[in-house]
Amino acid sequence: MELLLDSLFNGVAIGSVLLVAALGLAIVFGLMGVINLAHGELMMLGAYTTYVTQLIFKLPILKPFYNSYIIVSIFLAFIVSGVVGILLEKTIIRKLYGSPLETLLATWGVSLILQQFVRSVPLAYGTGLVISLLIGLFLPTTFPSKIKESINFKYFKFSSWIFAALTGVLTGSIISSSVSKLSRASARNVDVTAPSWMRGQVEIIGTAFPKTRLMIIVITLISVIAITLFLNQSAWGMRIRAVTQNRQMSDCLGISTEKVDIITFGIGSGLAGVAGVAVSLLGSVGPNVGGNYIVGCFMVVVLGGVGNLLGTVLASFGIGIMTDLIGAGRLLSIWPDMPLPLSNTINFFATTSMARVMIFALIVIFLQFKPTGLFPQKGRMVEN
Amino acid sequence: MRISRRILAGLATASLAVTATSCGGGGTSGSFDDTVTVGILHSLSGTMAISESTLVDTEKMAIEEINAAGGVTVGGKSYKIEYIVEDGASDWPTFAEKSKKLIDQDGVPVVFGGWTSASRKAMLPVYESKDAFLYYPIQYEAQECSNNIFYTGATPNQQSEPATDFMYKRSPAAGGDFFLVGSDYVFPRTSNTITKAQVKQLGGKVVGEDYLPLGNTEVAPIISKIKKALPDGGIIINTLNGDQNVAFFKQIQDAGITPSSGYYVMNYSIAEEEISTIGPEFLEGHYGAWNYMMSIDTPASKKFAASFKKRWGADRVVADPQESAYNMVYLWKQAVEDAGTFDDNAVREALVGQKFDAPQGPVEVMANHHLSQTVRIGEINAEGGFTILEETGVVLPQAWNQKHPSSKGFACDWTDPSKGEKYKL
Repeated sequence: MELLLDSLFNGVAIGSVLLVAALGLAIVFGLMGVINLAHGELMMLGAYTTYVTQLIFKLPILKPFYNSYIIVSIFLAFIVSGVVGILLEKTIIRKLYGSPLETLLATWGVSLILQQFVRSVPLAYGTGLVISLLIGLFLPTTFPSKIKESINFKYFKFSSWIFAALTGVLTGSIISSSVSKLSRASARNVDVTAPSWMRGQVEIIGTAFPKTRLMIIVITLISVIAITLFLNQSAWGMRIRAVTQNRQMSDCLGISTEKVDIITFGIGSGLAGVAGVAVSLLGSVGPNVGGNYIVGCFMVVVLGGVGNLLGTVLASFGIGIMTDLIGAGRLLSIWPDMPLPLSNTINFFATTSMARVMIFALIVIFLQFKPTGLFPQKGRMVEN
Repeated sequence: MRISRRILAGLATASLAVTATSCGGGGTSGSFDDTVTVGILHSLSGTMAISESTLVDTEKMAIEEINAAGGVTVGGKSYKIEYIVEDGASDWPTFAEKSKKLIDQDGVPVVFGGWTSASRKAMLPVYESKDAFLYYPIQYEAQECSNNIFYTGATPNQQSEPATDFMYKRSPAAGGDFFLVGSDYVFPRTSNTITKAQVKQLGGKVVGEDYLPLGNTEVAPIISKIKKALPDGGIIINTLNGDQNVAFFKQIQDAGITPSSGYYVMNYSIAEEEISTIGPEFLEGHYGAWNYMMSIDTPASKKFAASFKKRWGADRVVADPQESAYNMVYLWKQAVEDAGTFDDNAVREALVGQKFDAPQGPVEVMANHHLSQTVRIGEINAEGGFTILEETGVVLPQAWNQKHPSSKGFACDWTDPSKGEKYKL
C-alpha cells in the first residue's frame, strides 16, 4: 500500500511538471496550431521572474513578506511571459499563420534571441523593458472610447509609449541600484531558493512527501482548473473555441479573430511563465532551462491529441507514472519473484537514461496505432 | 566583474595585441630581448564558457606574473610571453580545428587548453600527427597516456580512490552501502567502474547506480531508488555535471536525503565555484575531494587566491582546475628554461622531473606525463568553502588505473623508449 502510494505520488509529481509545462503549449499548438519553439524560453522568462521577485523581496521594505514571494511570482511570471508572448504574436506570429514551417523557424530564432538576451542584458534592465512593454501595450486600451476613436489617437498611443519607455528606464535603474545582483549581465545559472515553509517534507498516511513537489502539483491543478473554467464558462473562452473550430464563420459572425488570437497566445505564453516558476523550484535557473522541457511538451501534446486539454492531462500523468514505474524499477518490487529473463530486461531499463528510451519507444508504437493521439479532435475541421 | 571579464576575453580574441601589451605592467623591467607566443584554447562561448573562461583568466594571470618577473630566459636571452586566445565554442571539432590553426598558422610552441574529455579526445589526433604539445589542466578519468599531451589534473587514484577510502572507513557513514549517481558520459561511467572495484576490495557493497542523461533534471526516479536501496542512510558518490547538481541537491534535500538523516554525498565535480552557484545551504555537511582547495592555509595558497582576486575582482574564487592551469604555465616555463630551447622534443624531455611549489604544495612531473599531487578531503561548510579534514602525502599518478579491469597491471613511461604509452608492469 505504502509502495503503491509512493509510486503513484512520484508518477503524479513527474507528470505534473510535464503537464504544467505542456499546458500553455496545448493551447498555443493545440488550439491555434502554432508550432511555438520559443515556448521553452517563455518558461525560462517565468523562471527568471521568480528569481528577480525573490531578490526584490529580500529588500528591507518587502522583507516581512519574503515568505510569500513565490505566490506573487506566479502572477508576475504569468504577466511577464504573457506580455512577451503578446509582443511575439503581434510582431511575428501574426504574419505567419497558416505556414507552420516558417513559424517553426521564426520561433526557433526567437528562442535563441531570448536566450542570448538573458545572458547579455542585466536582469534589472530586462525587468524595466518588460514593464515598458506592459505599459505600452495596455495603457492605450484603458483610454476612454472618445479618445480611442478620435483622429489623434496615434499621438496618444505614441506618447503613452514614451511614458512607458521612461517608466521602464526608471524602474530598471531603481532595481539595478538597489539589488546589486541584478545590475550586471551574467551567463551563469542562478538559483531560486524556496521559502522555508516550502522546504522539507510533510507526512500523509505514513509516507513523507516533499513539499516543493506538492506545491508544483497544486500549481498545476489550479492552472488546469482555471484554464478549463475559462475556456468553457467565460465569453472569451467561448469565442476562442469558436475560432478554433471555424475561423471564417466566427469572423463572419462578428468575433474579432485578431483579438482572440492575441488573447489565446497571451494566455498560452502566460501559462508557460507559470511553468517556469514550477521548474525553478526543482533545479537551477539558466538561459537553457526551457530548452530541456520543449521536447517533453510537444510529446505530451501530440500523445494527448492535439486540441484536447483532457488528453494533455492524461498523457502527462501517463508518461509520469510510466517513467517512475520503469525508471525506478518498481515492477520488480511489486512482483519480486518474476522469471529471470523478464526481471533482467526490467533491470536493464531501470535507469533514467534507458527509461527515457523505453518511454519514447512506447510512444512511437502507440502513435502507430493511434496517430492522432489519445483523444483526436472530431468534426469537419480535421478534414481540411 | 563578469562583464569586464567577458569583454576582456572578447578583446583578447579580437585584438590580441591590445590586450597582450596592456597586461605586462610592473615587474623588473619593460625590456625583453624577444617575444614568444603561446596558444590558449578554451571555450569562451557555449555551455562550457562559464567554467572554461576561469581557466583563461588564470593562465593569463600566470603569464603576466612570469612576464613581470622577467619573462622566460632561454639561452641567455629573455623572452616576453605573449598569447593568442582561441575560442573552442564548447564544440569538440572546433577544438581540433583551432588546434591546427594555432600549430600551423601561428606556430606556437605550446597550447594550453581543453576542459571536457570530449574536447581532449578530439584534439589528441591533431597533436599526435603534428607532434605538437598540449597542456590539459582538468581532473579526468585517465585511461589515456599520450606522448603529446601533458596532464596536470588529477587521475582517479589522486581523487576518487582516496575519497572512496575515506567515505568507507572514516566518514560518519563508515561501513555503509554505496549508491553511485552520475551524468551519462565517459567520466562518471569510468570513475564509477573504478569505485565499484574499489568498494568490492574494501569489503563494502554498491547497492545501486544511475546515470542522468545530460540536460535532464528530473531526479525523482533516482531519489526513489536511493530511498529503496539505502533506507537508513549511506554513502552517495556523485559525479553529476554542472546544473544537474543543482536539481539533484535541491530535490534530495526536499526528500529528506540529508547528512542529518545519515546520507553523505561525496562529490567529484563540485569545487568552490560550483558551491556558490548551487548554494551552500544545500551542500553543507557533504564532502568533496580535490588536490587544491581555496581554504588551504599555506602562504603559497593564500598568495594564489589573493593575486587572482586582485587581478580579476574580490568576488572571484579559485578552485582546483584553476590551480592546475596555473601550475602548467609555470612548469612549461621551467622546462623551457632547462631545455634551453622552445623545441617540443627537448622541452618534453626536460619536463619530466620538473618540480614546482604549487599552491597545493610541491608537485612533480612524472614519466607518464601526469603530476604527483596531494589529495585533500573536505567537508563543505556554510561559508561556501571546504573545511579540510584529511590530507594525503604526495600521491603518484596512475595513467592506467590499477582498479579498472581493463587497465589493471599496465603503466605508462615516456622516458624509456621500450615502454611508452602502455606496458605491462
